[in-house]
Order: sequence, then structure tokens, then C-alpha cells
Amino acid sequence: MKDFRIEVLVRPRPGLLDPQGKAVHHALNSLGWDGVEDVRIGKAIYLDLKAGSEAEARELAEAMCRKLLANPVTEDYEISAVAEAAAAGEVGS
Amino acid sequence: MKVAVLTFPGSNCDYDLYKAVQQVGADPTFVWHRERGLSGYEAVVLPGGFSYGDYLRPGAIARLSPIMEDVIGFARDGGPVLGICNGFQILCEVGLLPGALVRNESIRFSSKDVHLRVERADTLFTTGYVAGQVLRVPIAHGDGNYEADEETLDRLEAEGRVVFRYTDERGAATTEANPNGSHRNIAGIVNEAGNVLGMMPHPERAMEDVLGSTDGIGLFQSLMTSLSGATG
Repeated sequence: MKDFRIEVLVRPRPGLLDPQGKAVHHALNSLGWDGVEDVRIGKAIYLDLKAGSEAEARELAEAMCRKLLANPVTEDYEISAVAEAAAAGEVGS
Repeated sequence: MKVAVLTFPGSNCDYDLYKAVQQVGADPTFVWHRERGLSGYEAVVLPGGFSYGDYLRPGAIARLSPIMEDVIGFARDGGPVLGICNGFQILCEVGLLPGALVRNESIRFSSKDVHLRVERADTLFTTGYVAGQVLRVPIAHGDGNYEADEETLDRLEAEGRVVFRYTDERGAATTEANPNGSHRNIAGIVNEAGNVLGMMPHPERAMEDVLGSTDGIGLFQSLMTSLSGATG
């Protein structure tokens, strides 16, 4: 078993109103960044876990997303990074 | 009539709900979320509040509580289950009701009285009302924006499963009367079998004149009447 660090991104599904993103969008525009056309706010979840291989670690994270970490009605998820612990410093810190 | 009032860490409307159940002559018992078994109860109610601090998503952690397995069984067997506010969120997360409750469109926590139109007066929970009746009941939530895909929404409408809708005091479901951005002004829905009701507004806070409204009494009375009819 090896130690892995996994980064999961959870975001509001396309088309779903994201009032938080909208407020930040307005704030950025008011600061002069007129070129910002849209802002969506999601969350990043970092998991430290043991698994036999990178593929297995990814599979475990997928199952966690389906079962708990994301709500399929409103959110999409993406396993954005999987790294062995030795290199884990590069993910999410 | 024995009613289980579930309590989770972070529930805060449990006493109101207990008192509302008592007020209509039923016999409430608090059931802690780690307990198991609901036999002997004739109805189960899930209170509002902030179970587990709303961490991850409102209701997402609470739905994994041991008692929820029993709630699922109880509901599948046709037992009446009522979830109010956070209780509604938990029922959606656990899959007993379709859809999800997301952040209010305003991004603000909203605590005020709203008007609700009774869309169905023939459910276990609403026989004490008449269809089209307008109630005044408080809301108090930050995540009450009912979200579901168009197909689900159409199905809910076609099957008459929208029980309460946000309206103005005359019963018009306008955008202005919608306090949180819910699709089609939906404030409360039932499952396919009609024995599980989830709603964001708080009927248990509209039980006495001193609270500003008594319009919530009808809901608890309806439940009492339905159950005494069923068992007696």
C-alpha cells in the first residue's frame, strides 16, 4: 500500500445558478476587471489515503464522489490530481 | 399516536416540533440520530436546524446517521415522514425525495413570514386545508432554493406532487413572492407514494396567535386525522 494525496474539484453544474459566483463576478467587474465574463465557485477537497496503485486511488476517490462528496443533482466533480505521498507536496499545498 | 422527533447534532427546531406534535394531541418522543429502530411509531418528523453545521452540503452528513436507515424502511413501508427545513434537505440527500436545496438566490439567510398556496389538500399532511388556500408561515434558511432538472420538475407537476408553493398573499406565484429562487416557486413536495413530505417553511412556528400565525396547526392536525383514520 502506498500513500496518495488526491485533489477533488466539485463545482456547480453548468446551467445551475451560482449566486456566489455571480456576486464575485460583479465585485471583479467593479474593481475594473471588465473582461471577466463569468465566475463559478466550487470547492476543492483533499484526500490523503492508502491504495495499492494510482488507479486504485483514483477509483476510490470516484466512489467517494458518487456516494458523498458531490450531489449529482447540483454538482459535477473531477479528480483533478492524484499523487504519491512523496510528491504530494505539489498537490494542494 | 406516537411520533418520533429525530434529533441530529445541530438540530434546533426539535423542541418546536415536539411541542407542535403535542399540541394536536399526539405523543412525541425525541429519537437521537444514533439510535436504531422506529417500531411502535406512527409517524416520523425531521426538524430544522443545521445538522453537522451544514458541512459539505446541508443534510449530506446527517443522512448517513444510523437512524436514517430505519427512516428509509419506515417510509418504504408507507409510514408518514415529514421533513421541515433541514429535515427536507436531509430527505433529499438520502434520496427519499427528488432534487436538492441549494443556496438562496439572494445568497442571504432569509428569516421572515411568507405566503404559501396549498396545492394539494388530499395528502396525509394537508386534509385540514382546502386546495388553493393561502397560508402565512415563517421561513428561516440560507439554502432553500429547490433545484431539480426540468424532467423531474415536470414529473412532480404532472403527478401533483407539489404540495406547497410560494405565493403572494392572494395566492399568485410571482417571482417577487419567491423568497429563495426555487424552481416554479416550489416550497414543499411529496414522494411518489405521497407519504413523505419535505418543505422549507416552518409550520411548527405558526401554531399560536402569539407567534403571529396559527396556519401551521392544520398540517399537524391533518397528520393526526389521517393516522387515527388509518388505525381506528
